[in-house]
Amino acid sequence: MPVTTLEKAEVLEQMAANPAVAALSSLLTDARFALNELTITVPKEKIVAAVKAVQAAGYNFMEDVTCVDWYPSEPRFHVTYHILSHSLKERIRLIAPVGSEDLSIDSITDVWPAANFYEREVFDLFGVHFGGHPNLRRIMMPDDWQGHPLRKDYPVEGYR
Amino acid sequence: MPTSVEDLINPGVDDVIADSKLHGTIDPAQDQTMILNMGPQHPSTHGVLRVVLEVDGESVIALAPDIGYLHTGIEKTCEAKFYQQVVPLTDRIDYLCPMTNNLTYCLAVEKLLQLEIPERAQYLRVLLNELTRLNSHLVWLGTHAMDIGALTVFLYCFREREEILRIFEMVAGQRMMTSYFRIGGLSMEPPIDFYDRVRNFLKIMPEKIAQYENLLTGNPIWMGRLKNVGHLSAADAIALGVTGPPLRASGVDWDLRRDMPYSGYEKFKFDVPVSQVGDVWARYEVRMKEMYESVKIATQALEGLPEGRITAVAPKIILPDREQMKTQMESLIHHFKIVTEGFAVPAGQVYQGVESPRGEMGYYVVSDGTAKPFRVHMRNPSFATLQALETMCKGRLLADVVAVIGSIDIVLGEIDR
Repeated sequence: MPVTTLEKAEVLEQMAANPAVAALSSLLTDARFALNELTITVPKEKIVAAVKAVQAAGYNFMEDVTCVDWYPSEPRFHVTYHILSHSLKERIRLIAPVGSEDLSIDSITDVWPAANFYEREVFDLFGVHFGGHPNLRRIMMPDDWQGHPLRKDYPVEGYR
Repeated sequence: MPTSVEDLINPGVDDVIADSKLHGTIDPAQDQTMILNMGPQHPSTHGVLRVVLEVDGESVIALAPDIGYLHTGIEKTCEAKFYQQVVPLTDRIDYLCPMTNNLTYCLAVEKLLQLEIPERAQYLRVLLNELTRLNSHLVWLGTHAMDIGALTVFLYCFREREEILRIFEMVAGQRMMTSYFRIGGLSMEPPIDFYDRVRNFLKIMPEKIAQYENLLTGNPIWMGRLKNVGHLSAADAIALGVTGPPLRASGVDWDLRRDMPYSGYEKFKFDVPVSQVGDVWARYEVRMKEMYESVKIATQALEGLPEGRITAVAPKIILPDREQMKTQMESLIHHFKIVTEGFAVPAGQVYQGVESPRGEMGYYVVSDGTAKPFRVHMRNPSFATLQALETMCKGRLLADVVAVIGSIDIVLGEIDR
């Protein structure tokens, strides 16, 4: 398995022809190509513009929205989108960092309705608010649950 | 729009319906409607799915699935375990395709570790994955037919499924929660009589699938309940994140085994059944054809099975042979270290997608360089497919909801995790 890791400057230089890199070159703050996977970081204010740009570039299928909690470092939450292209047979990962001072990001349900349940899940388990989501309620946990279980400062066995 | 978590406490059925109205799914002029609760304890919801329906007479006007009854926090539990201890947890997510879950997780971690898996292990993994697909489709067919009222098929399907479970028991010692795959290969060499048993099973299986088709395909009740029910267009399927057989039944020719091959699938010859119709009947046809293809792939894997190791050469990651562990000092040390401390995985993140019986199963694993995963997220096919339920059922009869739920083949264990 060839191991090539490209950092931001190298990705912009060597992968300029990649449709996702080309579409996001003006929006991205960081890019990385590792283990045959392309990861692009965009500011959270521009996430809707970014997904619209990759959709126009041929990435037609939204696979997954999730989040990683990097507590205690900031920005704490990395909301992660996996987007697939049926025609290019390629997948990209978009990351939008969300700091704990303002736990909100725009919803992408207008672009892909499939994000509906996934954003509710991230809201439920991490407490990140998705602005413009049509039905942002808890999905996994009971409606009167306190706290967000997948945060790193939430104990594995819960509060006793 | 709620602004804080406290605003969201205790939404009732009214909120669900108000929400549907917000979506424009309810015509405000019609006030002669009734709210109907289906589940979570309902035999046709395949587990603990609750669906809140608004019906006008027998027509469904709006529908809202309510999930979370089986939520066990597996993603959180994974963060507290060593990498190798996560494998048994993955079985419990989708209890109808444990091997597919094992494979997806192992492939993701192997990608992080950059492990090279021997061909023999890859072939055995493919063989067992296709048997898992048959297993899962047999349960789907049996329960789907039972929901519609054809009780006989269930008994025939479970007869063949029993044989698959016995094969699983031979290799793993467990019928359902197999945990047979390991990071870096397989847990042990299959017993000698395994090969004959699988060969005999694969020989009779096409005949048995033809038998099920004989029972159902020409049956006027079966046709009446399935044809022109639960339409889903290709554009809707893509927008709503539908994968697997329902996506292919809607006319999108996409199969990860062929288009983004993993675990050596590029070496096997098979067709991907596609239908352009997009109704419940099309999903039935696609899955039936897929079963023949699975038999084809499994036969190729069995006949072409190469000799060699079943684990990668990585003594610090894979537990040593029992004999070696008891006779060689180094192996004993490795064994002790792996069991007590685990093994460190280089920092990074991977997403591995696999074509499970229900669609795209994806594992997103983030490592921070320690022996425990920093984050494991599962992308489960049923979770996304459930979002399409309303599109498929709206405007149809209440009885069709049961047919549609059966046709998307949901497993609540993987939806709720």
